[in-house]
Amino acid sequence: MRKKLQVEAICQGTVIDHIPAGQGIKILDRLRLLDSNASITVGFNLPSKDQGHKDIIKVTSRKFTEQEANQLALFAPSATINVIDNYEVVDKFKMALPESLQGAFTCPNSNCITHNEPVDTHFYLREHNGDVRLKCKYCEKSFSKDIVAEL
Amino acid sequence: MENRLYKRDIISIADFDRKDLELVLETAAQLKNSPRPDLLQGKVIASCFFEASTRTRLSFETAVQRLGGTLIGFSDAGNTSAKKGETLADSVNIISSYTDAFVMRHPQEGSARLASEFSSVPVINGGDGSNQHPTQTLLDLFSIRECQGKLDGLKVAFVGDLKYGRTVHSLAQALCHFGAEFTFIAPKALAMPDYILEELDEKGIKYRFSDSIEETAPQVDIIYMTRVQKERFDETEYKHIASKYILDVESLKDAKENLKVLHPLPRVDEIAVEVDKTPYAYYFQQAENGVYARQALLALVLNEVV
Ligand SMILES: [Zn+2]
Repeated sequence: MRKKLQVEAICQGTVIDHIPAGQGIKILDRLRLLDSNASITVGFNLPSKDQGHKDIIKVTSRKFTEQEANQLALFAPSATINVIDNYEVVDKFKMALPESLQGAFTCPNSNCITHNEPVDTHFYLREHNGDVRLKCKYCEKSFSKDIVAEL
Repeated sequence: MENRLYKRDIISIADFDRKDLELVLETAAQLKNSPRPDLLQGKVIASCFFEASTRTRLSFETAVQRLGGTLIGFSDAGNTSAKKGETLADSVNIISSYTDAFVMRHPQEGSARLASEFSSVPVINGGDGSNQHPTQTLLDLFSIRECQGKLDGLKVAFVGDLKYGRTVHSLAQALCHFGAEFTFIAPKALAMPDYILEELDEKGIKYRFSDSIEETAPQVDIIYMTRVQKERFDETEYKHIASKYILDVESLKDAKENLKVLHPLPRVDEIAVEVDKTPYAYYFQQAENGVYARQALLALVLNEVV
């Protein structure tokens, strides 16, 4: 019963669950969820069985694009996405780190050609010693995910 | 040999596997032995230097002419539409439509990769900012192979600025295909970057650090010198460290007989002029080899059969 209240049922939409506590607000911002017309319910610092604390985001009447899901994987690889239809979880999937990300972030290298040309940025992703490294397809420089995502 | 490079863009040394490298080096050796002024007959090559680099440009342009091709282009961006704010994408789109290959140098990293996406003909990178300069690496490899008679299992020392020197990074990466062993001799502030060392670790390549050219010379086949730039240190600090990274005849007194010294040039004072007359000096042959390495690339990119 208590669990039901935490993830209060929505009729149709997406629930992002098991977000590491503190990351929820970043995700709202990064995915520009507040700019859309969808109504959003958030829960920060909720008790979680396996994580201690977690954040939760529920978005009504909105499906996630693949690119949004990919970005999510970068910020919160432990999160799960539940797709809800008619109060039922119709799809539930864990994040998988994509092999590459296009157009999501600007390149931190200020001398990278992508800053003044008509192309999408393009990063190759790779896990290295527990960190996610992004390598720019163009300037070939590698960055830790925190450096890329903070821009 | 199968021509794996036909119609390919030459952007980054990371795009080359061992077979690609061997093909270029073998072709360069053939062209050095027997000139082929027919290979670019009737071809027009764009030589577009958005940033001036006289030596690289002259080397490329000589290579084109030695193969019988003709050139269009510019030696700096001063009078071009790039100066008026045209995107590189548009410049490449238009100029490539006039030509059979597009040789370029540009001050920004990633420019060559981007150009290859907008060009209708193969792009050859002559240097993109601090990123890549693949033809320099190919001429370095060619020179090493030529003076040692092989590339496999060589011991190579890199001396000087190993932090900012892209030629050093690219050459070390390329030599990994041939199981080299490295010695790095550099001031602390200009040490080989961690990401390169991590790459070497992942590939199981052996390397060590030293602070003496003299002690290293008896153990290695190649010493690759680079310049330690004064501007990176204050004056007293520079005086203190600079002498350590200067190669003179004295520091070669116990050198291996087959040792050769390379340098991407221009040098300032990091190799004493007296070394030029020793059998160890190979940097002038290396510079000449730039033309053969570039001929090989142009020939392979533009001819299905060479
Ligand atoms: Zn970049």
